[in-house]
Amino acid sequence: MSCMRRFCHETQSHDSLHSCMCRRSVALLLLKMSEERDPAALSGSAQTEGEEDLFVSAMESPEAARLSAEDISPSSNGPRDDDPDDPDDLFAEATEEVSLDSPERQPILSDGPSPAITPVTISPRVDVFDRSPDLDEDEEENRDTFDIQISVSDPEKVGDGMNAYMVYKVMTKTSLSIFSRDEVCVKRRFSDFLGLHSKLASKYMHMGYIVPPAPEKSIVGMTKVKVGKEDLSSVEFVEKRRSALERYLLRTVKHPALLKDPDVLQFLESSELPRAVSTQALSGAGILRMVNKAADAVNKMTIKMNESDAWFEEKQQQFENLDVQLRKLHASVESLVCHRKELSVNTASFAKSAAMLGNSEDHTALSRALSQLAEVEEKIDQLHQDQSYADFYLISELLGDYVRLITAVKGVFDQRMKAWAKWQDAQVMLQRKREAEAKLQYASKPDKLQQATDEIREEIEEWEGKVQQGERDFEQISKNIRREVGRFEKDRVKDFRVVIIKYLESLVHTQQQLIKYWEAFLPEAKAIA
Amino acid sequence: KIYEPEVHSDRRKWRMRSVSVDLNNDASLVIDIPDALCERDKVKFTVHTKTTLSSFQKPEFSVPRQHEDFIWLHDTIVETEEYAGFIIPPAPPKPDFEGPREKMHKLGEGESSMTKEEYAKMKQELEAEYLAVFKKTVQVHEVFLQRLSSHPMFRKDRNFQIFLEYDQDLSVRRKNAKEMFGGFFKNMVKSADEVLISGVKEVDEFFEQEKNFLLDYSIKIKDATAKAEKMTRSHKNVADDYNHISGALNNTAADNNTAFKNMCVLQKVEDRMASDQELKLTELLRYYTRDIQAAKDLLYRRARALADYENSNKALDKARLKGKDVAQAEENQKQCLQKFDKLSESGKKELTSFKARRVVAFRKNLIEMTELEIKHAKNSVSLLQGSIEILKSN
Repeated sequence: MSCMRRFCHETQSHDSLHSCMCRRSVALLLLKMSEERDPAALSGSAQTEGEEDLFVSAMESPEAARLSAEDISPSSNGPRDDDPDDPDDLFAEATEEVSLDSPERQPILSDGPSPAITPVTISPRVDVFDRSPDLDEDEEENRDTFDIQISVSDPEKVGDGMNAYMVYKVMTKTSLSIFSRDEVCVKRRFSDFLGLHSKLASKYMHMGYIVPPAPEKSIVGMTKVKVGKEDLSSVEFVEKRRSALERYLLRTVKHPALLKDPDVLQFLESSELPRAVSTQALSGAGILRMVNKAADAVNKMTIKMNESDAWFEEKQQQFENLDVQLRKLHASVESLVCHRKELSVNTASFAKSAAMLGNSEDHTALSRALSQLAEVEEKIDQLHQDQSYADFYLISELLGDYVRLITAVKGVFDQRMKAWAKWQDAQVMLQRKREAEAKLQYASKPDKLQQATDEIREEIEEWEGKVQQGERDFEQISKNIRREVGRFEKDRVKDFRVVIIKYLESLVHTQQQLIKYWEAFLPEAKAIA
Repeated sequence: KIYEPEVHSDRRKWRMRSVSVDLNNDASLVIDIPDALCERDKVKFTVHTKTTLSSFQKPEFSVPRQHEDFIWLHDTIVETEEYAGFIIPPAPPKPDFEGPREKMHKLGEGESSMTKEEYAKMKQELEAEYLAVFKKTVQVHEVFLQRLSSHPMFRKDRNFQIFLEYDQDLSVRRKNAKEMFGGFFKNMVKSADEVLISGVKEVDEFFEQEKNFLLDYSIKIKDATAKAEKMTRSHKNVADDYNHISGALNNTAADNNTAFKNMCVLQKVEDRMASDQELKLTELLRYYTRDIQAAKDLLYRRARALADYENSNKALDKARLKGKDVAQAEENQKQCLQKFDKLSESGKKELTSFKARRVVAFRKNLIEMTELEIKHAKNSVSLLQGSIEILKSN
C-alpha cells in the first residue's frame, strides 16, 4: 500500500496529472485491497493450508486427478438463448412500454422477484489440461513453505535526453533461508530485468524448464519518457511497465528451481549489478540471438520427430489451440477497454449537455432535476473510467502475459525436439562408426590395421557415450516438461481464477456505485411537479 | 405491453405482437398498434381502433398502414388552415433498420469463418437490435396517432378518420394529395422561420417569453439528443464486447464454465441497461426535439399572421390616402386581425398545455429510467456475486 502513496507523491509535482493518477491510484488501491484480502494473491504469499492440501491430495491420487464427479454431467450447456417464453428469462418483465406523452397511461412497471441464480452444472468438456500426477516430492514441500513478497515501485527517471532511463525499486520480503536478509531493497533498470531473463533462458530452457518471459521492449513508449513528455500516455506507459516487471519477478520466483538460482538471488539482493549490455537489440549478443532464432526456425521445419509419447502430441496441440483462443480473447478485451473509454467520454459530454438543457428549462423543478441528472452522469463517467482501468490492468495485461507465456511453453517443446534430434544424430554417427569399423577388416594394410582399429574403437566408445547421454537428456527433458506443464496448468488456473474474481469484484463495486447514484437521483425525479 | 418477436427465417420477416391493452383515458376513441410486420424495407403497422363515436362505421376495426401513410396524414393536417393555431404532433421518423441490416449482412458474409457459437451469438445480437428498433418505431407511430385522437379538434378530422377506417390501400389518395399540395409547406426554407420569429415586435409578454425560451431550448435539446445518442451507442458497444468476451472465455477455461456462463447473462443485463436508457432518455429527448420544432412552427405561423396583419394595416392606410378600394382593405385588415387573434388565443392554450405535457413526460420517463437502471444494476450485482461465490468455492 505504501508504494501507492509514494507513487502519488511522485506526481505531485505534475499538478495536472495528479488528480488523474489519484483516481487511478484509488482504482489500483481497490485492487490491491482485494488482493490483500485474498490470500491466494499474485504476490505469492503462503497458500491457505486447506486449499493446498485439497489440491495436493487430488493430484496424488490417480483416479482423482480429474474434475470432481459433479462436474461430469451428460447435459450440455450452451449459451442461453433469448427465448421469451423461458421462465428463466430475466427480462420478461422489463419490456413494458409506456408512451412518451399521454399522461393518462399508467406506467406498467413490474416489481418481479429478483432472479435466482440457476445453478448450472459444468459441461463435460474434456478437461484437456491433464494435471500430471507425477510431481517431485520436494517440490511439494517447497510449495507449502512458499513465502516471498516482491514489489516493484517508485519509478524514477535518471539522466536526460536519449540516454535517460527509468530506475525501479525492487523490494523483497521473505522468510526463506536462501536469502541473506528478510527484507531487501535494490534499484534496477529495465535492461537488468532483460539481462536476468536472458541468463535464465540460456541456463534452463534447454532442460525443458518454462522460463517466464520478460516484459516487452517498447521503443515508442520509452522514447516518449526519455524525451520528457510528461503527458498521460507516458505516465500510463511507466505504470504499465512497472506492473509488468512486478508480475515478471513474481512468476520467476514462483518457479522452485529459478528461485534458488544464484542469478536470481543476485538480482534481488545485491546492490550493484553489472550492466547487461548484451540485451540491447543491436549489440553483438543481440545479433547472435537473432541469428540463433532464425536457425532454430529452420531446424524446426526440418526435424521430423517420431513421437512415441502421445501425451506430448496432445499437449502441443492443446497449447496451439489455447494460443489462438487467448489471442482472440485478448483482442476482445482490448476492444472492451477502448469502448469503455469512449463511453466515459460520451457520458461526460452528455452530462455537460444535460446541464445546459437544465439551465435552459424554464420549469423550475424540471430544471433542477435535469441539473441533477447531469451530475449523476458525470459521476457515472468517472465510474466508467475507473472500470476501464480495471479492465485493462486486470484482464488485458494478464492475457498478454499468458500469450507470451504460451510462447515460452511452445519453446520448451521445441527444445525437446532439438534434444531428440541430437540423440538421433548421435545414433546415426555411432552407426557410421560401427560400419566404418566393419569395413576396416577388409580395407587397410595389416600394419596400419591395429592403429586404425584402436582409433575407431575409441570413437565408437565416444559416440556410444554420446548416444547414452542423448537418450538420458531426452528422457530428462521429457520428464521435466511433464512436470513443468503440470505446474503451469495449475498456476494458470489459479492465476485466472484470482484475477477473474478480482475483476468481478471490481464490476460489483461499479454496479453498487451505480445503484447508489441512481437511488439518490430518484427522489429528485419524483419531485418534479 | 409485451412484445413477442416471431421470426420467419425464410423471408426474414419479423412480426411483433403486443399483448396487453393500453389504458386510455378517453374510451370514446382508443387507438393502438398491436402488430407490426417487417418485410425487407417495408414496415406494415396494424392500426387498431375502438370507438363509441357515431362518425365511424364500426365500433372496432383494424387496418394495415405503411409509414408513408402516417406522413400523408401529418402533412394534410399541417396544410389545413384551420389548424394553424395548434401544435401539430410531429410526424414519426422513418423506421431505420440500417444498423440491424448491416449486422445481418456481416453475419451472412462471415458465416463460413465463424464458429457455431460465434454465429449464434451474433445472431442473438442481431435479433436484439431488430427488436429494439422495432419497439422504438412502433412506439413513435402509436404516440403520433394517440396525440391526434386525444386532441379535441384533430380527432374530428376527416382525413384522420379515413386513415383509421379506410380498408383499402391509401397510396392512391397519397399521390393525389401530393399533387394538390405539392409539399408546399415543407419546401419552404426553414431558416426563414428563425429570423421571422425573432424579428417580430412582440407586445404580448407571454409570447415574448415563449419565443425566447423555445429558441434557446430547441438548440439545447437537439444537442442533448445527439450526445445521448452517442452515449447510448457506446454503451451498446460495451455490451457487445461482453458478448464476445464471454464467448471466448467459454472456449478457453474448461473448468470455470459456470462463472463464465454468468458473463453471458451479464452481457444481456448490460445490453438491457443500454436499451432502456435509450428508450427512456434518448427517445424522450428525440421526441421533444421534434415537438419543440412543432411548437416553433406554431410561433412561426402566428408571426406570419402578425406580419400579414401589419401589412394589411399599411395597405389600409395607403388605400385611405389614395381613396381607392378602402372597403376591401378594411375587410382584409379585419380578417387578418381575426386570424391573428384566433392564432394567439389557441396558441396560448396550446403552448401552456405543451409545457405541462412536457414536464409530465420528462418526469415519468426519468423516473422509469432510474428505476430500471437500479433494477438492472441490482440484477448485475447478484449475478456477479453468484459467479464470485462459485469461483471462490471451486
